[in-house]
Amino acid sequence: MTHQPNPTGIGAALKRKEDPRFLRGKGRYTDDINLPGQSYAYFLRSAYAHARIKKIDTRAAKKARGVVAVYTSADTAKLGGLPCGWLIHSKDGSPMKEGKHPVLAEGKVRHVGDPVAVIIAETLAQARDAAELVEIDFAELPAVVDMAKAQNKGAAAVHDVAPDNVCYDWELGDKAAVDAAFATAAHVTRLELTNNRLAANPIEPRAAIGDYSSATGEHTLYTTSQNPHVIRLLMGAFVLQIPEHKIRVIAPDVGGGFGSKIYHYAEEALVTWAAAQLERPVKWTSDRSEAFLSDAQGRDHKTVVELALDKDGKFLALRESTLANMGAYLSTFASVIPTWLHGTLLAGQYTTPAIYCNVKAIYTSTVAVDAYRGAGRPEATFLLERVIDLAALETGRDPVELRRLNFIQPHQFPYQTPVALVYDSGNYQATMDQALKAADYAGFEKRRQAAKARGKLRGIGVASYIEACGIAPSNVAGALGARAGLYEAATVRVNPTGSVSVMTGSHSHGQGHETTFAQVVSDKLGIAFDQVEIVHGDTAKIPFGMGTYGSRSIAVGGSAIVKAMDKIIAKGKKIAAHMLEAAEGDMTFENGAFKVAGTDRQKSFGEVAFSAYVPHKYPLDTVEPGLEETAFYDPKNFTFPAGTYICEVEIDPDTGAVEIVAFHAADDFGNIINPMIVEGQVHGGLAQGIGQALFEHCVYDDAGQLVSGSFMDYCMPRADNLPSFNVATSVTVCTHNPLGVKGCGEAGAIGSPPAVINAIVNALKDYGVTHIEMPATPQKIWRAIRSAKKK
Amino acid sequence: MHDFKYARPASLAAAATLVKKGGADPVFLAGGQTLIPALKMRLRKPSTVIDLAAIKGLDGIAEKKGKGKDKGLTVVVGALTTHAAVAGSKLVKARIPALAALAEGIGDPQVRHRGTLGGSIANADPAADYPAAVIALHAEVVTNKRSISGDAFFKGFFETALKPGEIVTAVNFRVPDKAAYMKFAQPASRFALVGVLVAKFGAEVRVAVTGAGASVFRVPDMEKALAKSFSAAALDGIKVSPKDLNSDIHAAADYRAHLIGVLAKRAVEACG
Amino acid sequence: MPRVALTVNGKAVTAEVEGRTLLVQLLRENLGLTGTHVGCDTSQCGACTVHVNGRSVKSCTMLAVQAASSAVTTIEGLANGTELHPMQEAFREHHGLQCGFCTPGMVMSAIDLARHNPEADETQVREWLEGNLCRCTGYHNIVKAILAGIKAMLGNAPRGKSAKSRGTSS
Ligand SMILES: Cc1cc2nc3c(=O)[nH]c(=O)nc-3n(C[C@H](O)[C@H](O)[C@H](O)COP(=O)(O)OP(=O)(O)OC[C@H]3O[C@@H](n4cnc5c(N)ncnc54)[C@H](O)[C@@H]3O)c2cc1C
Ligand code: FES
Ligand code: FES
Repeated sequence: MTHQPNPTGIGAALKRKEDPRFLRGKGRYTDDINLPGQSYAYFLRSAYAHARIKKIDTRAAKKARGVVAVYTSADTAKLGGLPCGWLIHSKDGSPMKEGKHPVLAEGKVRHVGDPVAVIIAETLAQARDAAELVEIDFAELPAVVDMAKAQNKGAAAVHDVAPDNVCYDWELGDKAAVDAAFATAAHVTRLELTNNRLAANPIEPRAAIGDYSSATGEHTLYTTSQNPHVIRLLMGAFVLQIPEHKIRVIAPDVGGGFGSKIYHYAEEALVTWAAAQLERPVKWTSDRSEAFLSDAQGRDHKTVVELALDKDGKFLALRESTLANMGAYLSTFASVIPTWLHGTLLAGQYTTPAIYCNVKAIYTSTVAVDAYRGAGRPEATFLLERVIDLAALETGRDPVELRRLNFIQPHQFPYQTPVALVYDSGNYQATMDQALKAADYAGFEKRRQAAKARGKLRGIGVASYIEACGIAPSNVAGALGARAGLYEAATVRVNPTGSVSVMTGSHSHGQGHETTFAQVVSDKLGIAFDQVEIVHGDTAKIPFGMGTYGSRSIAVGGSAIVKAMDKIIAKGKKIAAHMLEAAEGDMTFENGAFKVAGTDRQKSFGEVAFSAYVPHKYPLDTVEPGLEETAFYDPKNFTFPAGTYICEVEIDPDTGAVEIVAFHAADDFGNIINPMIVEGQVHGGLAQGIGQALFEHCVYDDAGQLVSGSFMDYCMPRADNLPSFNVATSVTVCTHNPLGVKGCGEAGAIGSPPAVINAIVNALKDYGVTHIEMPATPQKIWRAIRSAKKK
Repeated sequence: MHDFKYARPASLAAAATLVKKGGADPVFLAGGQTLIPALKMRLRKPSTVIDLAAIKGLDGIAEKKGKGKDKGLTVVVGALTTHAAVAGSKLVKARIPALAALAEGIGDPQVRHRGTLGGSIANADPAADYPAAVIALHAEVVTNKRSISGDAFFKGFFETALKPGEIVTAVNFRVPDKAAYMKFAQPASRFALVGVLVAKFGAEVRVAVTGAGASVFRVPDMEKALAKSFSAAALDGIKVSPKDLNSDIHAAADYRAHLIGVLAKRAVEACG
Repeated sequence: MPRVALTVNGKAVTAEVEGRTLLVQLLRENLGLTGTHVGCDTSQCGACTVHVNGRSVKSCTMLAVQAASSAVTTIEGLANGTELHPMQEAFREHHGLQCGFCTPGMVMSAIDLARHNPEADETQVREWLEGNLCRCTGYHNIVKAILAGIKAMLGNAPRGKSAKSRGTSS
C-alpha cells in the first residue's frame, strides 16, 4: 500500500491514549470496583506444605460477627478442577499425569498457601477475624521440595497419579545423531546450572469480584486477567459447568501481568460460584503475602547442558537434560513452558546441526510454576548463551567470534532448525555489530584497566537471543498438545460518522494497545488517531479472543485487526464504486479515500461510511448496509525476534557487590508500530531479566516454607539497582504477517540474564571462576573469589 | 489487623494513666513504620494503641554541654524526631555528620518522614541502624522514668531495658572527634545486613556492629587496635568470629563476619 | 467508632472509621479516591504514596486516625481542571508509565523530591525512589520523566518555593 507518511500511523512515537486516566488516578482496576451489596472473601490457606486434612470445624466462624458464609471442599466438591490447557506426552507415549487441582483443598493440602476454606463477610476485616475461628486438624506429611529427591523411592507423592512425582518425561530431537556428534567432537563443554525460581509480582495484586443476576441467570466476573475469554472458557466449561453465554468476564485496567495473570485461578471460580449461591457480589483482593503463596511462579529448572565443538569451533551438537519444577498443581499452561516453548529454542541464532533435549517435569510441595515473562525461552537462552561463553573460555576463543562463527547467515532464511522451528527472517550479524559498536566492545580492555586502578573488577558479557513469539499457529499447537486454538479475533466497527471502534481479543495491561492498535487503524484507514477507539477486556463486547502473552498482541491481535480492515476496505470499494458509478475493479483505497484509478474521482472514507449506514441510493441488492467486519487471524508461523545484549559490570572484590555500569540492547523486532512503546517494553524486560540475574529468588526451605515470601526477602529490582539502558533496533521484516512485526514484549527478559552472568564471570576470570548461579548475590560472588584465592 | 482502642494522650502523665488502664496489652505508637506493618500481619494484638504524637516536647534536636568529667558536647534528639528530621538537621550534620548520614540511610523517604528514633530503638530490631549509633556514640537513653546508659539499653533479640509502659523521651548522643557509619544493606528489605559505626573520642574508640548478631554489639579487638593507631591498616588481620552471628538466605555468618572487617576499615577511612 | 476530620485535596472531610482503619482505606473506601493503590503489605512498594502535610508518606502505613487534622493530597488532587500537573505531564511525555499501577505513588514521590532537592541528578532520583517499586518500566523512563518534571515545576514558579507551589498542601 502506498501512502503519504501519516503522523499518527505506523512508526510514530505517539503519546499514549491511556495515560491521562492513569496519571489522574482515574484508572479502573478490579479492586477499584465496588458493587452494591458486595461482600468480601478471605481465603484461609494452608500453613503446611503437605498435610492430610483430618477435620475442619467452621461452626464458630459461621457464627462470627458479619459472616455471610464459610465454604470448604465439602461445599465445592461437585465443582470441576482447574484445568491444564496443554497435554504433553512422555517419550514413551504416555500422557502426562494430571492430579486434580480443586478450588478448595480436598482431603489434603499440597503447598503452603493451598486454599482450604473461604470466609465471606460484610467486611474484609470481619472475614479475617472469623478466619481465625476456623479450626483445622492437619496431619503433616513429608514435604517434597528437592526435585532430584522427589523421584526417589520412598519419597512422598504429591499426587497419587504420579507416585514418583514425575508428571512427564519428554524429549525432543535426534538423540542418536547427537550422541554420534559428541563421540567425534574435538571439544565438549559441560555445564550444570539452575534457572532460579521467580515471582512475577506485578505491582497490582490479583483481585476478583463475582456477581450474579437471578433474573437473567447471568454470572459476571471482574478479574485481573490477561485473557478474559480464556478464563470464561476454562471456568465455564471445566470448573463451574456454566454455558459460556451465561458468563461475562471483564478484565478492566490491569496493573501488569508478566504471565502470572494468564492462568485461571481458584479464587476466580470461587467468587463467581459463591456470588450465585449468595445472590450478592463477592469480592476478593490478594495481599502481596498471599500473592507469593498463590500466584503461579516462574522458571525453576535444574539443567545439565553439553556443547560439542569441532576443532575450528563449529558447534556440532547440543544436549540438554532438565528437571522442571511444576509445583504442586499443573497450572493452566505449566506443561508447555519447559517443553515446546523451551526445547524448540535451543538452536538459538546458530547452525548447530543436532540437538537433543530431555525434560522431566516434577511435582513438588510448592506453589504452581507456569509462564513468567519469556516462559521457557529465557531458560533456553540462558543455558545456551552460558555454555557458549564457557566453551569460548575453555577453547581460548573470543566469545563474540565464537558466536559469529556459528550464526545462521542472512542467506539461509527460511532456516529449518533441528528442533522443529522454521525461522523466517533475521540478520544476527547486524544486531551483534550494532550492539558491539554501541558498547565500544573494542575499547573494553582500557575500561577494565581503569576499573582495576580503582580497585574494581570490570567484566563484559555478550548474549545473543532468539525467541519464538506470536503464539501460535493453531494447527501446529494442536498437533503438539494444545487444548485450544491460538488465533486472535477482532471486530472493526466503522460508525456512521466515520469514527472507528475496534474490539480486540488482545488485552492490555501496560502494553499500550489502545495506542498502538489505534495507530495501525489510523495508518491503514487513513483516519485520525483520535477517531479510533480500542475496546478490550470484556467478553460481552468482544467477539472472542485468546488474550495477551507470548509477545503475541501486535503480531496476532494486530494482524486480526488488519484482516478485518481489509474486509472493510473491500466492502467500502463496492459502496464507493456504486456512489461513483465506476466498476468495483477500478477502485483503489489510499490515504483515507476511495478513488477511481487513474482519475481524480473519489469518495472519502467518511462519506462511504455514512452511505453504508444511510443506504439511500445504495446497492442494497448486492451489498448489505452497515460497515462492520470481524476477522479471526491464525498465524502461519511463529515470529522470531532476535538480538544481542551487552552488559558491563563492576564488582567490589571485598564485598562481592555488583554494579551494572552499562547495558546495551540491539534488537530486531521486525517493523515497529510505536518506537516509544517498544523501548519501554525492552526497558521493563531488561529490569526483570537483570532482576533474575542479580536479585530475585523464591527460596523454599526443606519443610516447603517459602522463605522469601514478601518484599522484605524477595528482592525486587529498584531504581538504584539499575542503570539507564541503551537500546537500539534494526529491522528484518517478518515475512508472514501483514504488518511485518515480530513482537517485543519478552525480549528484554530473555536476553539479559546470560549477558549479566557472562559479564560477571568475565570480571572474575583472573580467579578462574567459570560459572555463578543466579541470582548472583554479593555473597555468592565473594565465595567464588574466596575459594579461588584458597586454591 | 485486629481492632483496638485508639488513644492520643496530650502528656506523658496522661499516657502513663492510659497504660495503667489499658487492659491486657497496650502499645505505644510513634511513627508506626514498624508497628503498623506488624499489626497488619496480625503479629500483635494490642488492646489499646497509645499514639504519642500529641505529647509536646518529644521531638526536636538540641545540643547540650556536658558537666563534670563529661565535659563533652551532647546532641539531644527527642524520641519522636523523625529519621528525615535527623538526616536534615543542620546541627546534627555539623556535630555528628555520621548520625545524619545514618538516618539518611534508614528505609526510604516515605519511611523517614514518619519513622522515629524512639520507635527504632524501642523496637530493637537486630538489623536496625540506630542501635549502632546508640552504642558507638556513648548515648544515654532518657525515658519518662529514668535515664539508661546506651550500653545497658539493648538486651538481645528485639529486647531492651525498657519496662512495660516506659516511654523513651530522648536520646543523648555524645559528640565524637570523628565517626563514620558504613552499611551493607540486605538487598530486599534494605535494613542493615551489616552496619558498622566507628567513633573516636580522644583516646577511646568504639566500634559498634548492627545487623550481624541477635543484637548490636561492640568489637573490642578492633577498638583496642584503633585506639593504638587510628588507621584502616590497624585492623589488618583482626578477624571477627562468625560464631553467634546471624545466618539467613541473604548472608551466612562467615560472610557477615567478613563484612564487619571490610566495613570497619571503610568506616575508619571515611573518618579521615 | 472514632471520627476523623481532615482535609483531602483541599476539601474538609469527616469520616467514621475503626481504630484499625488505614489512611489508604479511608481514601479508597470511604472517599472513593481509588487513585491511591495498594501493592504490598510490608510497606515497601510505595503505590500508596500520598502527601500528608506536604510530605510523602505511605498511606498503607498510617492509621486514618493519625491523619486527623492533617492536609492530605492524593493523585486526584494534582491536576488543575483539564491541565495536568507538570510532573504528570512529564510522565506522559516521557512514557514514564505502562500499566499505571505504580504511577500515582511515583508521581507523588517525585513531587516531594522536587521540594526536597530541586537540583536532584539521575543518581539522586534513583535513590529517592527506594520506596517506590515499578515492575513495568525498568525505571528508565520514570527517571527521565522525573528529571524533566522537576525542571518543569521550577520553570512554572519562582525558584525557591517552586516545588511547593502546587500539588502539596503543607
Ligand atoms: C519499608 C521500611 C524500611 C525500613 N528500613 C529501615 C532501615 O533501613 N533501617 C532501620 O533501622 N529501620 C528501618 N525501618 C524501620 C523504621 O526505621 C521504623 O521507623 C522504626 O523501626 C520504628 O519507628 P517508628 O517511629 O515508626 O515506631 P512505631 O512503629 O510506632 O513503634 C515501634 C515500636 O516501638 C515502640 N515505641 C515507639 N515509640 C516509643 C517510645 N517513644 N517509647 C517507647 N516505646 C516506643 C512501639 O510501641 C512499638 O513497639 C524500615 C521500615 C519500613 C517500613
Ligand atoms: S501499599 Fe505497598 S507501600 Fe503501601
Ligand atoms: S507502570 Fe506498571 S508497575 Fe509501574
